[in-house]
Amino acid sequence: MLKQDRLRRTMMFVPGNNPAMLKDAGIYGADAIMFDLEDAVAISEKDAARYLVYEMVKNVDFGQAELVVRINGLDTPYWQNDVRAMVKAGIDVIRLPKVETADMMTDLTIMILLAEKEFGRQAGETKVMAAIESALGVLNARKIAMSCQGRMMGIALSGMDYTKDMGTHRYPDGQELHFARNMVLHAARAAKIAAFDTVFTDMNDEAGFIRETQLIYQLGYDGKSVINPRQIPLVNLIYQPTKSEVLAAQAVVAASKAAAEKGTGVLSLNGQMIDRPVVLQAEKVLQLAKATHLVDEKGNDIEK
Amino acid sequence: MTLKNKVNRELPDELTKRYGYLPFTNSSYEGVVTQRCGPKVRATTGKDKCAYTLEEVIVKTVKDGMTLSFHHHFREGDHVFNAVMRLVIDLGYKNLTLAPSSLTNVMNDIVVEAIEKGVVRHITSSGMRGKLGEVVSQGMLQNPVVLRSHGGRARAIETGSIKIDVAFLGVPNSDEMGNANGMVGASACGALGYALMDAQYAQTVVLVTDHLVPYPNMPASIKQTQVDYVVKIASVGDPDKIGSGATRFTNDPKELKIAQTVNQVITNSPYFKDGFSFQTGTGGAALAVSRFLRQSMLDKQIKASFALGGITSAMVDLLKEGLVGKLMDVQDFDRGAAQSMHENENQQEIDASWYADPANKGAMVDQLDIVILSALEIDTAFNVNVMTGSDGVIRGAIGGHQDAATANLTIIAAPLVRGRLATIVPHVTTVVTPGDTIDVVVTEVGIAINPLRTDLLAILSHIPDLPIFTMQELQAKAAEKTGTPTPLSFTDKVVAFVEYRDGTLIDVIKQVQE
Repeated sequence: MLKQDRLRRTMMFVPGNNPAMLKDAGIYGADAIMFDLEDAVAISEKDAARYLVYEMVKNVDFGQAELVVRINGLDTPYWQNDVRAMVKAGIDVIRLPKVETADMMTDLTIMILLAEKEFGRQAGETKVMAAIESALGVLNARKIAMSCQGRMMGIALSGMDYTKDMGTHRYPDGQELHFARNMVLHAARAAKIAAFDTVFTDMNDEAGFIRETQLIYQLGYDGKSVINPRQIPLVNLIYQPTKSEVLAAQAVVAASKAAAEKGTGVLSLNGQMIDRPVVLQAEKVLQLAKATHLVDEKGNDIEK
Repeated sequence: MTLKNKVNRELPDELTKRYGYLPFTNSSYEGVVTQRCGPKVRATTGKDKCAYTLEEVIVKTVKDGMTLSFHHHFREGDHVFNAVMRLVIDLGYKNLTLAPSSLTNVMNDIVVEAIEKGVVRHITSSGMRGKLGEVVSQGMLQNPVVLRSHGGRARAIETGSIKIDVAFLGVPNSDEMGNANGMVGASACGALGYALMDAQYAQTVVLVTDHLVPYPNMPASIKQTQVDYVVKIASVGDPDKIGSGATRFTNDPKELKIAQTVNQVITNSPYFKDGFSFQTGTGGAALAVSRFLRQSMLDKQIKASFALGGITSAMVDLLKEGLVGKLMDVQDFDRGAAQSMHENENQQEIDASWYADPANKGAMVDQLDIVILSALEIDTAFNVNVMTGSDGVIRGAIGGHQDAATANLTIIAAPLVRGRLATIVPHVTTVVTPGDTIDVVVTEVGIAINPLRTDLLAILSHIPDLPIFTMQELQAKAAEKTGTPTPLSFTDKVVAFVEYRDGTLIDVIKQVQE
């Protein structure tokens, strides 16, 4: 089963050829860790990185983090071995770069299914996600997001390659990504999968990073791709609900529980009708509140 | 025959007896009575204090078999040690004992040469590194080196365990009578806390300076009443290597994570309240702690009464901001800190005895609430090694580690593993600081609390996002990453004694098996 309910505020990129960074990747509280076999790894090191990530996934305790690997593109001679090694290692999610069509995702899942059979994994156990990095990919985002039913975990925008394809580059205000961000997010929401925003590479511009994260939070993204552990607490702070949001969410969830116990079909709070999406939203708020220790496991306030 | 001390270290019976050592038992020194030894004093009105060259003073004062002392306040920029030792070797002296406050890398080559030529037969120091550490660990000295903490050295000097015949003390300024301080001059190093012991207790005190100033020089950290000779040389130190510029704040995410966790432990402890006191080291994580701690102090409106020990610019900033009332300064690690002692009356120079000596009517470490220390290795009994590397070779210094660890809350900040080496191990190679004085160990994966501190365990176990493990669990996590190394092999020859600060024997270091 795809874990729809887990938090995906941060997906931390870790170069697949750096043992020191790989072994410590689990200590920073990233919701997801993405081991990179693609851009971070030189052609001469593709095999070495694949072995290294395989051993790391097999042997290192990364805590609660969802483990993702970015394999090499379908236009390279490496991706099939990447898939086999990662399925064998038991990775949670395989991320395909430069996805432009739903067919590419289908090709990927055929290979994954073969690997799952080869290595005795349960068919369908390995999830996938698509990285959209071009104009064509953005325009096909809906079909891509709807592909690979049951395996599709999420869809991510990769801003660097996309802006290059568009004949522009990244600007501080992010206007150049306006359409792509909304398109990718709509595709994800329509397909009921997760949406990840692109990386922010200037580690010296903390204000810019915060501004961009606030924007994608406002739009409704599940989370942001991060390239440095120092970005993780900044994202988490923005995704942390306010006290009044927590109180409202607690009231909704309590009313929902009470209604379920009474067996009442219709749910209301303070005279207002509450429908299913409102309850789901409230549960999400409480999940975020727990993750940032605003409330404990039982929902009680924790004094900071 | 061996006997075991209270930290389970096997001490060779015969050698321990021959050197008159008692085995380490515990960290308490309350009520112990010691007799202090005063130096002989040759009366002078001081007419010819300044009349001789360095060579002439050496010839007048040094004899075969004597104990010579130096300080390490000029760190890697020191010129005095090499200048004196060059002459001592070339003049053909034999059988000397070296008793510096510590030995820095810039001193290594000439000490090795002096050992090879039979000029130096004994060494006592806070520590040693590099080539010198290697040759000592290989058994080049016939007699074991004696390693002491800064407080332990002060005690040993006062009680006569170290009898300094001639102290050669580099100073950034002096007048012709020997009134000197560390604050002014091209080679300014700030506090002279370790050298003040030598100035007070050595039989003969020789100041070496490159900056003679008009009489009377003040403030006088070292006074004319203590000084026999003042010698002018071209340069006592290289300012660029004496103290670094302002230390850059670390960007290493792992160090930041450890520092943040240390700050969580501090701010949730019962000691974090108005008027608390603390000491930090100089490493990346320790400096980062002072930044996180600063923010917590601002948030909670809590001010510290004093910060102790080696002082950095980060501490000076806290003083200027009013977050720390006083800096009690035994040495300065950077230029900003050295400069500030001159300008700020709330930055007080203290000597090693006042700082850390257990055989005192109260040392400042006794008033210390919180200290953050580092470690090369920590074992499951919380014992700390800051002396020998994973190859068994001497490559560190005790410094104030044992002394400051007597604080109310002693925190060791260290990564679980360094490269491919475990930091948390079943048994440390060398016990320097006993586990009973360590309260919390902070790593990047979580913390361990000394089982003796049930109070801290009760308080800290309620803090969200602060994973608590046993030391055994942390050790297992480290071993999971590094595997289990082949045990080191040593010969039976003891190359160094590690004294506890009270003068008992906490461990011995043996010759490495080639």
